Amino acid sequence: MNAPVLDIKNLIVRFATNDGEVAAVSDLSLSIGKGECLGIVGESGSGKSQTFLAVMGLLARNGSVSGEAIYGGVNLLTAGERALNELRGNALTMVFQDPMTSLTPHMKVGRQLTEVLIRHRGVDKTTARNEAVAMLKRVQIPEAERRFDMYPHELSGGLRQRVMVAMALLCGPALIIADEPTTALDVTVQAQILDLIRRAKDELDTAVVLITHDLGVVAGLADRVAVMYGGRLVEIGEVHQIFRAPQHPYTQGLLACTPRLDDPATATLVTIPGQPPNLQNLPSGCSYHPRCPYVMDRCRVERPVLTPGVSGGLKACHLDALVQGAA
Amino acid sequence: MWSYFARRVVIGVPTLWAIITVCFFLMRLTPGGPFDGEAPIPAEILVNLRARYHLDDPLWKQYVDYLISLLHGDFGPSFKYRDFTVTTLIAQGFPVSLQNGFAALVLAIVIGVPLGIVAALAQNTRRDYIVSAAAMTGIVIPNFVMGHVLILVFGVWLKDSFVHLPAGGWDDGAFANRILPVFCLALPYIAYLVRITRGSMIEAMRANYVRTARAKGLPFHTVVLRHALKSALVPVVTFLGPATAFLLTGSMVVETIFQIPGIGRYFVQGALNRDYTLVMGVTILSAALVIAMNLAVDLLYGLLDPKVRYER
Ligand SMILES: Nc1ncnc2c1ncn2[C@@H]1O[C@H](COP(=O)(O)OP(=O)(O)OP(=O)(O)O)[C@@H](O)[C@H]1O
Ligand SMILES: [Mg+2]
Repeated sequence: MNAPVLDIKNLIVRFATNDGEVAAVSDLSLSIGKGECLGIVGESGSGKSQTFLAVMGLLARNGSVSGEAIYGGVNLLTAGERALNELRGNALTMVFQDPMTSLTPHMKVGRQLTEVLIRHRGVDKTTARNEAVAMLKRVQIPEAERRFDMYPHELSGGLRQRVMVAMALLCGPALIIADEPTTALDVTVQAQILDLIRRAKDELDTAVVLITHDLGVVAGLADRVAVMYGGRLVEIGEVHQIFRAPQHPYTQGLLACTPRLDDPATATLVTIPGQPPNLQNLPSGCSYHPRCPYVMDRCRVERPVLTPGVSGGLKACHLDALVQGAA
Repeated sequence: MWSYFARRVVIGVPTLWAIITVCFFLMRLTPGGPFDGEAPIPAEILVNLRARYHLDDPLWKQYVDYLISLLHGDFGPSFKYRDFTVTTLIAQGFPVSLQNGFAALVLAIVIGVPLGIVAALAQNTRRDYIVSAAAMTGIVIPNFVMGHVLILVFGVWLKDSFVHLPAGGWDDGAFANRILPVFCLALPYIAYLVRITRGSMIEAMRANYVRTARAKGLPFHTVVLRHALKSALVPVVTFLGPATAFLLTGSMVVETIFQIPGIGRYFVQGALNRDYTLVMGVTILSAALVIAMNLAVDLLYGLLDPKVRYER
């Protein structure tokens, strides 16, 4: 991997709640290379969103964070609001899951774009308008000039998500964090949005973090995949390796849950038995041990650290090698 | 939008008529009459008085006559202030109440809304607790207590200091005479506005689009003022509609405590004296204001939320 754009080291995210502390992300380290697309997968609640909200300094008020997230030699986690604001929306941008609620309802779409350009590039209103309209055209919004003067509620979900993507691309970012950008959209629109992200990556050499439930999306777009479970990274590797030879039983389980149209053997939906871990009281040893089909005595007491797997990548599992196709 | 506006005004007419009707008959059903003073009036004079004010006509005829005179813009003669018509009394009292109410309204908005925002942005910190506790105190202390406390402090205890203020009286609307009553009027509204603004602002700051705005690198004050504030103001406007109507028509309590010749005090005196026409006049004015303010609120929603459309 070439020089990293973003280097996350030992990230910990906790939330103070009335009934105890929630360990949303525990000791997570990973880095994203220039122009690379890193897929982040894991069940709901596994800490995918909070990891990157922490990096962007967007945690909820009850959240606290420690560790490092280095961008351009600066630790974003300690940088302070002012320094962060220079980067957010500029070099580091984010596309959120829900396009219906992620745009300000009482502001015209155009202004929500131009304010980014005016803020970060200091251009005048006319220039900002021209550039914003050009960007709307680039993300294939039909009748861009007319849409520019519309309110969000006058646009469909797909168009709104295109606006969000346009917003993320305006200043030529080094890294786009897309948090389930297509989950709320129907299938054809999903493909179009992913295509926009792919083009940004290819044409602008922008690094992309693609957070998703959908392994199919990852397979199509990501170079590498990171798998999260209970706030921890349990496996990370090249996309082909992860799909062909997962090294962690949880990854294997996730893959088995994905129905494959070309393989009638998986036509029935499989689920991983058991519940996601309780983040207020994580299991001892490996967090996955209560659900793991390969659980050993050691797994209950000793937490596995990330080690190289037999087929490349890193996995946090005590098994030496996972039998493929068994789950 | 204009047709919507016209339609709402037209709908207001039967509402007002219903209020007039209910109020008219309630007044007549209340025991006692306008001429039951402490000193009994000689019987023959009473007969003349009742005849002059048509109180011996059948009730339905009085009601119809009253409606007809209303249609002519005539609120009738006052039963108590016999040399004045109700229209004259309202014309004297209403400007006083209007001025005080408007000043209190401005004061409440200018203090209450920013304090609510400050508390919301500092949620669950000491600053928030102090502001919220002060607001709670403002809500639970009734007007008549607060009024007397203010009089005690600024009118009596501080009598010899430079912040001494008149304990009451109007003095033709001298500035010093207005300070305490306006403040007393505004206090509970400041308190309510703090609470409402705080709640809706906390809610707004949690919205996804506020997170988007922050992710754009906008300075915090831009995020708050440009992106969060507008939707946070919707409940504030909802509250301010009827609140404005109440404030402008004068507070009976405050005007009575501070001896201000506004229509709130006329209303109290009118009710005590069974001054039928005076009470009716003030009630109609208040009701019309409430109706108008609710319409104003609905029109303001359109400014705050582009999804609001005035159709049908
Ligand atoms: N403000 C908060 N207070 C307490 N707990 C929180 C808060 N925000 C998030 N969490 C918890 O942190 C955990 C991780 O959340 P996160 O949003 O990262 O999950 P996710 O992997 O993105 O899931 P999804 O796929 O559903 O988006 C969840 O269990 C969530 O309940
Ligand atoms: Mg998420």
